[in-house]
Amino acid sequence: MPTHQTFHSELDKLNKKLLTMGAMVEDRVRKAVTVIETHDEEIITSIIRSDYQIDDMEVEIEEDCLKILALHQPVASDLRFLITVIKINNEIERIGDMAVNIAKRVNVITQSATDIKSGFDYGEMSEHVINMLRMSLDALVHRDAAMARQIFLIEEKVNEIRNQAYDSVLNMLTKYPEHPGCMISNYLLARHLERIADRATNIAEEVIYLVEGEIVRLHI
Amino acid sequence: MESFLEVTDTVYLSLHQKDTILPDTKGKTLHKERETVGKPFVENPRMTCREVNVYYGEKRAINDVSIDIAHNEVIAMIGPSGCGKSTFLRCLNRMNDTVEGCRVTGDIRLDGMDIHDKSVDVVPLRARIGMVFQKPNPFPKSIFDNIAYGPKIHGLAQNKSELNEIVETSLHKAGLWNEVKDRLQQPGTGLSGGQQQRLCIARAIAVSPEVILMDEPCSALDPIATAKIEELIAELCEQYSIVIVTHSMQQAARVSQRTAYFHLGDLIEVGRTDRVFTNPSHQLTEDYITGRFG
Repeated sequence: MPTHQTFHSELDKLNKKLLTMGAMVEDRVRKAVTVIETHDEEIITSIIRSDYQIDDMEVEIEEDCLKILALHQPVASDLRFLITVIKINNEIERIGDMAVNIAKRVNVITQSATDIKSGFDYGEMSEHVINMLRMSLDALVHRDAAMARQIFLIEEKVNEIRNQAYDSVLNMLTKYPEHPGCMISNYLLARHLERIADRATNIAEEVIYLVEGEIVRLHI
Repeated sequence: MESFLEVTDTVYLSLHQKDTILPDTKGKTLHKERETVGKPFVENPRMTCREVNVYYGEKRAINDVSIDIAHNEVIAMIGPSGCGKSTFLRCLNRMNDTVEGCRVTGDIRLDGMDIHDKSVDVVPLRARIGMVFQKPNPFPKSIFDNIAYGPKIHGLAQNKSELNEIVETSLHKAGLWNEVKDRLQQPGTGLSGGQQQRLCIARAIAVSPEVILMDEPCSALDPIATAKIEELIAELCEQYSIVIVTHSMQQAARVSQRTAYFHLGDLIEVGRTDRVFTNPSHQLTEDYITGRFG
């Protein structure tokens, strides 16, 4: 049936577009956590300036979804796939924004006139967040609900580290009160990383819905 | 044996096609089992069907189908052409009796009464289980007589005023009264297709049925006439049980509370319509409603 072939090839194309966008955003998040350490201005600028590409892709994917919904009225796994794409598309775009926010915060820290630029070591937190994002996208690629569920376990760890970051930055702020802006930016890095982890968790929830047809929500 | 091979081949093919989009089939029933997936039975059913088989000569068209029809529900029967949904529908009011070479076995009951019992007369049975066909088929009589014919032969009206009342009520219930009240003596065949179909529904209602069977009632109608029939179905289910066979899955999704999926004479899955159309349990249902075969 030609209509169905068109429909299924449209779904296939949509799947590929979403995964491409996921890979692009993952790359930006990796770069963003690197600049927390390196303060590389060239990379900071490239993350901030290239965000429009992600925004454009998000709009394109959303338009594709609306078109497919209107023209083909999908049901069952096709319907769940479409709904999942609409939601994950939004999550991925927001993760892209978080990478930009991290780059901006690092920029503020770099420009700051103080010698004490770091309030916390974000190495471990970054590793967890990157891991969560990678796992959520892998779970999406492989339609793997079990892998998606593992992400929930890491989320708790990330929240713990965020709290440690808060205490650490507060301590530094008390010790070196001359440049509060730099320290506040330091804490905001923890917030941005934690938000990426939250959104990776949201992607995992959507993957479980896609695979199993049950809506799940992680409450922490 | 041949049909079994066909089924397994279809599953294999459709799974292969699905790989690109949704490789995971966890939780779905993949192999062909005789047992129907889902919930074919209800508490306090209007009709019960147990191990119903239909043969056309030597060929078995329906295999051991067991299902209940609830009170005040719309149940949709869907499936590819030749899957047996219309054949099964016709079993419910013994319309298959009129088909030469057709044999029905199994137990079908209406309010506990075996419809195949020797004491059962099919004429009053078909008044209790009315039927609306794919193509509107009004009698070549006036609009009034189309409705009045059934109540007259079944002796449901004692006098002319009672008959008038039945005709008016039936036309009201079928949503046709305002359109035809000034031309009741004109021929029913002069109405539009959609109006003719509502006339046929009014005709079925006039003899106070308990169940109304509809065999693709909208397939010859335009979208506006279809919408009117669908609204009518939603209203009628407050009083009657409705079994509708449809090729339009959107229609099944819109009008029914439960959906039954047939495949090669087997009843594969029965469940709440919202569940069947968002998360079907059987791989064959999934493949059919997502257009991966059929």
